[in-house]
Amino acid sequence: MIEVKNLVKNYGPKNALDDVSFTIEKGEVVGLLGPNGAGKSTAMNIITGCLSSTGGEVRIAGIDMFENPDDAKKLIGFLPEQPPLYQDMTVDEYLGFVFDLKKCTENKKEHLDGIKKTAKISEVSNRLIKNLSKGYRQRVGIAQALIGDPPIIIFDEPTVGLDPKQIIEIRNLIRNLGRNHTVILSTHILSEVQSVCDRVIIINEGKIVADERTDRISDAVKTGNRYTVKVCGPQRDTAAALREIQGITRVDSLGERDGDAYTFMIESAPGVDIRKPVFFAMSRLGKAIIGMESAQADLEDVFVRLTETVKGGKK
Amino acid sequence: MSALYRKEIRTYFTTPLGYAFMAVFLAVSGCVFALTTYQAQTSDVSSYFQLMIFGYIVVVPLLTMRSFAEEKRSKTDQLLMSSPISERSMVLAKFFAALTMFAITVLLSCIYYLPLFGYGEPNVGRAFGCLIGMFLIGACFIAVGLFVSSLTDSSVTACVGTMGILAFLAGISVFNSLIDSYFVRTVLSWISVYSRYSNFAYGMFDIASAVYYVSITAVFVFLSIRVLERRRYA
Repeated sequence: MIEVKNLVKNYGPKNALDDVSFTIEKGEVVGLLGPNGAGKSTAMNIITGCLSSTGGEVRIAGIDMFENPDDAKKLIGFLPEQPPLYQDMTVDEYLGFVFDLKKCTENKKEHLDGIKKTAKISEVSNRLIKNLSKGYRQRVGIAQALIGDPPIIIFDEPTVGLDPKQIIEIRNLIRNLGRNHTVILSTHILSEVQSVCDRVIIINEGKIVADERTDRISDAVKTGNRYTVKVCGPQRDTAAALREIQGITRVDSLGERDGDAYTFMIESAPGVDIRKPVFFAMSRLGKAIIGMESAQADLEDVFVRLTETVKGGKK
Repeated sequence: MSALYRKEIRTYFTTPLGYAFMAVFLAVSGCVFALTTYQAQTSDVSSYFQLMIFGYIVVVPLLTMRSFAEEKRSKTDQLLMSSPISERSMVLAKFFAALTMFAITVLLSCIYYLPLFGYGEPNVGRAFGCLIGMFLIGACFIAVGLFVSSLTDSSVTACVGTMGILAFLAGISVFNSLIDSYFVRTVLSWISVYSRYSNFAYGMFDIASAVYYVSITAVFVFLSIRVLERRRYA
């Protein structure tokens, strides 16, 4: 549905996107992740035709965005980071304007009523947008993206600044949309991606550093076996003792205290089971282990590692 | 394009801007009209039209300052950019919306002529020529205003910038008397918006001047389109 090939975008000497390629199939919900300034918004703006690229191509359902922008844009609904709302219009006026602007052919009243119901804004139809709360404005922005029932919907940070209840509502809305639309969603919030998206693309410094299914994202980084252990005794001694055990590649003190026990994160090389050596080493020192749990890399770890690795590599 | 045009017209009437423009325009033109006709005890409106060009320098920027600057500031330009509408249609829609507002206001100000018929015999042909000139110069100033508005994301900057450029375009001929070189003088009066306007004020339909105004308008409309395209291709 969306094909992005070798996309490059330079702002003067700054390389905002560097050879980015991916393909998104029909019906996928894809999360675009990355730290601030990674190039997420730039990528979205190029895909939606708001911005041109320095090189590469974007195809929407086979239509080239740069050669045939009007046809390609009809297939996309876009909610930018800041919802593009005219403050002096009422919700109805605004949605009517967007309907006309997008040259939609549906029955106007029926179509807009349906969208207002989906976005739950029917009750504010006649209010001026400038008088609406942030949550409602965001939903009007979402409604705007749904007008014309485009097969592709792109949301740039749709839940920023909303209260927890609204966030859940909007996530549910996105999940429902995902049933019969192709959705791209950019966000900082990792749990959002985990709960909503089928697939994650992580961008850092203009490059794609990971592109995986959400449930297999931990494969994106080669982490060893990781465990959290709770050991009684002075924190520093225990950490030093853990570091001496053969097979352990990393020991982090997590700083959690439970009585006289401290919690540590230990990691071994892939394929090495360190649970027994840890148990015997600690019992030799007379330190009681009162808890041990497996801790596989989650999205947050993957994200932090991937975005750090590239930086480290540059140095 | 028609959707954006209708939205622009509606915005003029649902925000104070349209009314502010009309009020200032009608107040300024009313004062100038009274001073140049009733006060001067003449039914000749040409000096009114000649003075009004300086009024436009103040009022036209009010009409155009928000066009693109406000869209950029509130990020609504992203909606336009991601909609199936070309930059050319965007600029033309905004241009014609502003021109419509301008034309409506100029037509409203025609009420001022009516009392003249009670006191004398005003030259209708001359007034008509003046109106055409006024319309053309309005279009030209609006195009300049749109262009300046497309360059910035602050309405105030757009307004002041437009005033500056319009004052320059209209005021060039003022310096004519200070310049010795015949060549420079000719060029200046040729590009001056003001001296071109005089012919209309005397009731002549000067085709060269009309072409001049239409060309200036076209150039600035074209430049605005280029600025928007450049933003996308920056």
